[in-house]
Amino acid sequence: MRLEIKDLHVHYGKIEAIKGISVVVNEGEIVTLIGANGAGKTTTLKTISGLRKVTSGAIIFDGQDISNVPAHERVDLGISQAPEGRGIFPGMTVLENLEMGKFHRKNRKAEMSEDLDKVYTLFPRLKERVAQAGGTLSGGEQQMLAIGRALMSRPKVLLLDEPSMGLAPQMIANIFRIITEINKTGVTILLVEQNAQQALQRAHRAYILETGNVVKEAKASDLLNDPAVREAYLGTGAHS
Amino acid sequence: MKIRNYWNLRDWGAGIWERANRPKRIAIALTSIFLVGLLPFAGASFLATPIAAYDAVLVYPVGIFVLMALGLNIVVGKSGMLDLGYVAFFAIGAYTMALMGTHTGLNTWEIMPFGIGFAMLAGVLLGLPTLRLRGDYLAIVTLGFGEIVRLVVLNSSWSKGPNGIANVPMPPDIGPLKFKLDDQKVFFWVVVTMILLTIWMIRRLSVRRPGRAWEAIRQDEDAAELMGVPTLKYKIWSFTLGAAVGGAAGVLYASKNLFIAPEMFTLNVSILILSCVVFGGIGNIWGVVVGATILGYLPDRIRFISDARLLVFGTVLVVVMNFRPDGLLPRKKREKAIVKKEVNA
Repeated sequence: MRLEIKDLHVHYGKIEAIKGISVVVNEGEIVTLIGANGAGKTTTLKTISGLRKVTSGAIIFDGQDISNVPAHERVDLGISQAPEGRGIFPGMTVLENLEMGKFHRKNRKAEMSEDLDKVYTLFPRLKERVAQAGGTLSGGEQQMLAIGRALMSRPKVLLLDEPSMGLAPQMIANIFRIITEINKTGVTILLVEQNAQQALQRAHRAYILETGNVVKEAKASDLLNDPAVREAYLGTGAHS
Repeated sequence: MKIRNYWNLRDWGAGIWERANRPKRIAIALTSIFLVGLLPFAGASFLATPIAAYDAVLVYPVGIFVLMALGLNIVVGKSGMLDLGYVAFFAIGAYTMALMGTHTGLNTWEIMPFGIGFAMLAGVLLGLPTLRLRGDYLAIVTLGFGEIVRLVVLNSSWSKGPNGIANVPMPPDIGPLKFKLDDQKVFFWVVVTMILLTIWMIRRLSVRRPGRAWEAIRQDEDAAELMGVPTLKYKIWSFTLGAAVGGAAGVLYASKNLFIAPEMFTLNVSILILSCVVFGGIGNIWGVVVGATILGYLPDRIRFISDARLLVFGTVLVVVMNFRPDGLLPRKKREKAIVKKEVNA
């Protein structure tokens, strides 16, 4: 397996936000964490990418415990994140944002154009906007930029934090289609979503989080048809 | 329809620079440096400062302010960390010069590396534990550090406490250029040289990886870390380089003033230097230079109105910041550019 979280506990000050979560992400999968606000989805992702400290438990990546590796070194190991709220650099152009995607490069020139081409193939829109400042893009374009930038580091695991946030329905469908496409190129994806409908349709497996605990783990398609899940996360009138 | 904004001096200047080719640029740079070098000879013109000697005013406050503001701009403008204790590094440089100058017999140029070194060391020691903090918290800690340095020299016997240290040696002559108290042209040229070196250093770093890293940290620190930028390392570098410039300014100041005392290194200085940066245009080298020049020069130029002096000074600050909230020459704000097209998903 690519990534494994074992009995993870995370605190904000004295408040325990994650109360012993265990998640397994296998090579080539799309795994999604769904749950309500405050369930600990974003905190889990931030802890995997290293922005939050682990209180106890372990994060195993490719057989190695990375709990104490600083965030900026985890990028070089192959973990890349498109953060919540996109986190693009508003004052940098699209190209500069993408170039920031991987700060440490051994062979800058040779790799860069190859990685840029890959991103432009996935997101032709970004190519049209190379010289435009990140802050002036639309929400959907910013999300494309955030994902594209995360791909620049050739990740083995891509962490996506609510890629659908604040986007128009059509753009959400578009982003999710691209997520599947990225997955087909061999990138393992851990996806955090409030839009459970879309996430469950695209993912292979899913975990449901509630106040810092995993309450359910199953195949995504099973959850999509689970009456209790439909009631709680998809809305009674949801159509699949 | 395009309305030319005559107040946008930054774009006007940047336009001239961009259109010029290399020889033309060198010519512009050399002419400007030459003209600045001639400034001390303009003492008989309208530039003259009443009461204070004009050439002395050009060195301190003007020159030293510009130097310090450029140093602080690396910290505040480039990497976006609010440092309210910048005077500490100035004090460390000045006390290094005063103590080593009176005790060891080394001259100003030999002490300069020590002054810069100690200031940088202080920057690292302060930075390591505190640069994990952000925004307001960092501001408070640095403010405290500035006060700690002042209180330590005020209450220590080695620094002669509130009496300060007198008889700090002047710099030795450089060939035919002699350092004199009643004619401070040479001091001014030295400050200008140090300013030019600092500008050169900042410009070099800005276009390279450290500049990119600082820019990313300033715009979104978490995102920068996620992209693989060792943020703590680059923040400490930025802090330390700022400290180095402050220390160098301190060494020169002590050697020019011949006497230093703790009361010269109060919080006021930190705030005033920060005002220079904000007034001129945070993050833009030329803005900072202009801002510090005006804020250094103005109080001495209007000294003839004595008591109303600070009132006028304050009014100018408030009025200018009202009309130009981003400073006189603000940095390029691309995030605000209106080039957005209609978007359909």
